[in-house]
Amino acid sequence: MELVETDLGATLSTLLGLAWLIPLASFAAILFFGPKMGPHGRNSAWVATGAIGTSLALSLFAFGTWMVNHPPAVAHHGDHGDVHGEDHGEEHGKEHDDSHANNHSAEATNRVAARLVRFAEEQAAEGGHGDREHGDHEHDGHEHSDEGHGDEGHGDEGQHADSVEHGDTGHGEKIAYSGDWYALYRSPSLVLSIGWYIDSLTVLLFVVVTFIATCIHVYATGYMHDELHDVTDHEVTLAAGGHLHRPGRFPRFFQALSLFCFSMLGIVIAGNLAMVFIFWELVGICSWFLIGFYFERKSASTAANKAFIVNRVGDFGMLIGLMALWGALGTLHFGDTVSVDAEGHQVVEPGLFSLVRPAENGHALQVPDGMVVAAAASRVGNIASVVSPEDARAVIAEQVSGWRAMGMGNWLLVVAGLGIFCGCMGKSAQVPLHVWLPDAMEGPTPVSALVHSATMVAAGVYLTGRFYPVLTPDVLVVIAYIGAITLFIAATIALVCTDIKRVLAYSTVSQLGYMMLALGVGGWVAGLFHLVTHAFFKSLLFMCSGSVIHACHTNDMRRMGGLLKKMPYTGWTMLVGCLAIIGAGVPFVIGFSGYYSKDSILAQALLFRQINPSHAILWYAAAGGAALTAFYMFRLWFMTFIGEPRDQEVAAHVHESPSVMTTPLVVLSVMAVAAGWSLGSLGVVNLLEQARPLGTAAGMTGGGLLTAAVTVPAEAASHAEAIHVTATWTAFATAGLGVLLAAAFYVWRVVNPAVIATTLRPVYVFLENKWYFDEIYNWIFVKPAHGIAMLASANDRGIIDSILHLAAWLSRQLAAIDAWIDRFLVDGLINTLANVTWTMGLRLRHVQTGRLRQYVMFIVVGTVAIFLLASMMLSATVAIP
Amino acid sequence: MNLLSDPVGVSHYLVVGAILFTTGVVCMVVKRNALGVLMGIELVLNGANVNFVAFGSPVLRGEQASILGLDGQAMALFVILLAAAEAAVALAITLNFYNNHATVDVDRADDLKG
Repeated sequence: MELVETDLGATLSTLLGLAWLIPLASFAAILFFGPKMGPHGRNSAWVATGAIGTSLALSLFAFGTWMVNHPPAVAHHGDHGDVHGEDHGEEHGKEHDDSHANNHSAEATNRVAARLVRFAEEQAAEGGHGDREHGDHEHDGHEHSDEGHGDEGHGDEGQHADSVEHGDTGHGEKIAYSGDWYALYRSPSLVLSIGWYIDSLTVLLFVVVTFIATCIHVYATGYMHDELHDVTDHEVTLAAGGHLHRPGRFPRFFQALSLFCFSMLGIVIAGNLAMVFIFWELVGICSWFLIGFYFERKSASTAANKAFIVNRVGDFGMLIGLMALWGALGTLHFGDTVSVDAEGHQVVEPGLFSLVRPAENGHALQVPDGMVVAAAASRVGNIASVVSPEDARAVIAEQVSGWRAMGMGNWLLVVAGLGIFCGCMGKSAQVPLHVWLPDAMEGPTPVSALVHSATMVAAGVYLTGRFYPVLTPDVLVVIAYIGAITLFIAATIALVCTDIKRVLAYSTVSQLGYMMLALGVGGWVAGLFHLVTHAFFKSLLFMCSGSVIHACHTNDMRRMGGLLKKMPYTGWTMLVGCLAIIGAGVPFVIGFSGYYSKDSILAQALLFRQINPSHAILWYAAAGGAALTAFYMFRLWFMTFIGEPRDQEVAAHVHESPSVMTTPLVVLSVMAVAAGWSLGSLGVVNLLEQARPLGTAAGMTGGGLLTAAVTVPAEAASHAEAIHVTATWTAFATAGLGVLLAAAFYVWRVVNPAVIATTLRPVYVFLENKWYFDEIYNWIFVKPAHGIAMLASANDRGIIDSILHLAAWLSRQLAAIDAWIDRFLVDGLINTLANVTWTMGLRLRHVQTGRLRQYVMFIVVGTVAIFLLASMMLSATVAIP
Repeated sequence: MNLLSDPVGVSHYLVVGAILFTTGVVCMVVKRNALGVLMGIELVLNGANVNFVAFGSPVLRGEQASILGLDGQAMALFVILLAAAEAAVALAITLNFYNNHATVDVDRADDLKG
């Protein structure tokens, strides 16, 4: 199925877009109709699982389409110690640069389409700069290989359109499609859009995320069956005594799970940082829903809040990064935006990657013009005040390279990089923002598996990887150190944890540290490779632990032991997971998935150390961390599955989980073994190598702002035999040492862990309290916040409230006077009138005797009286004159 | 002036009217029988009628009567008419009263006293 370029981009974006939106549809369906889906919403599980399964199918189809159209080159494989690899990569880069620089007809080697060749020839014939008919250009549509077109120097007037598809060589050159579906907001200075950026990394992560999410959905169908009827939560004691009794929340769980998948896929497919940020926050809120699933438990609701708040801290940094980028560059798009203007010419608006690594510069990192100008604002102002606006533009354009050479704007790029990384630190639980992740274990285990393998924590590493071209050596060194510190601290804490899920949580933090370290020392492929392999084996491990907890009804490893016989599937698959995470393998022959990814990380760290001796600590942290990983993972496995049951009560009713739970375990354990293998060109490493951002294949020297000058080595160089062999043997030795130690402690019982704990009491207590991070944060942030809140509340209560109370009191007094006037004066007048009338009525009623003859008498007497009176007065008046 | 010696004029009529009127009033006051009271009323009205007619008569008053025309007579006719209507209503009331109280004694008819 060979597709023309334009169609391929459209096909991929449609497939992945559908795969992305289907979980949203499932979310909406369960939201509105969940409780009606079968008894207790039982069928909502099938809706959600069906949705994510469909997404998986679509992702796999997109993956297949990609593989057919862009088969990745066979990259030098880690375990071959391929010396040529180095040259290989370098050569490719050079070849390309040359070919682009000199002769466009070299593009005739493109296997894509004759159309492209024609373009290239035309171009060569016309000297590459003639005017041409633009009639064909609508072919290019929106999709275009992201960076390839930059080769011709878009800065030149009218030179855009022709080269948009040059990147489609499929050999070492980056292939990416980007475009927008829908613009949320459009103004001259900002476009916020829902768009896509698809390269092999996107496709790969879609498959990984949907695959693992599907397994977890199936598993959760079994794990969450308690929620199908009323639940008595034994961990919640009510004030009135007794335990909380509540209706099951089965549909709600799957509803949140669907939304979570949608959010994560949104991050992966996002075509610009604004969209990433939107889905970043959606992932945050989903984690809040899911970690706080048992929200009646104080610990769960606190953990959910903690996760969200800590993430917000990171997101604040991310916002700063976004502002730095948008303020200086005016775009948040990863790839270039191609549009057709009124005259039919294509207009290419460069995205972030092209701005930071312009093609004219051989894709080497340089501070973009926007940032230079922003940093040189005062000089720009001076120029603008002297010459006319048109001239000023030209003068500034002339000056920019000089200013850049002076290092202006570099700090802005560093701020942008650090800011974005700050967000990644929050999501990927890097020290010092790692504290939320272990607490997030309060959520149901499938959530832990999802959050801590393929989705939330992966988002941070993914974004660091996606954003990698923009990161300067300064930032990379910071990332490397943060990663190293994280991996070491988390690994040490995991040594003493007794909660089975917390061991895994800290191991997750530690492995994320590895990924960040790898990215920081220049191992782009290594870090993302570990992300993929880790996603498989960590979800496996979490689901195994969930299976154990499901059977034992406790998280405490001290009450387990000897479970292997009773839970063979869980036990053996968990062993596979443990072997994968420690990177077990036969050196240079074959190994579990972790073996490949961890080796490449160690190799890169070792290379970095050799080039920058002052940063040797990174290498020691990575190597030491490997030993610690092996120790705590096998401590976990031995304590849980080997030896005699420590708690007969627990052991008595342990049983293997139902097949709906064990099947995903087996499926995932196969992936945990095989995810690192490469069959010909089909392999994660090759796919990632294909997605490598332009210009990052070569090494980079820089620094000076946050660190002394540092050289980030080219990743290909770490495949050199000298480096690779050392790294592999170190990994093997450290992992073996860790396993042996764990066995000595917990299987052969040569050493009693209790004795060690007593001997090294201070260290043990220190680690058991998790390096006192929570306490320190409590003292530095929470307590002062409470203090300020108390002050504010005292101010509120003491001052503001008393003013209000005084005003209220005055009003009352005034009202009392008013009421008195009303009652005594106004009412009094009316009442008196009424009383008088009433009294008169009472008196007069006696006149009404009801005796008819009396009335007649009155009439007669009255008439006579009137008559007499009248006649007297008349006679008087008559008499006077 | 001497009524007995003078020729019959307005004054004589007025005397008759006054006697009728007074008789009626006395009748109204002293009779406890409602029918008697009604008769008294008739007398009062007719006493007044005599006055009207006397004042309105051109025969009795000569020239002066032409100022009034036939108004006196017309007024007398109205009074007769009203008296008939009044008598009908009053008799109906009396009949009803009798039906309810088995008497026509006006002293017993004090239901509406204050």
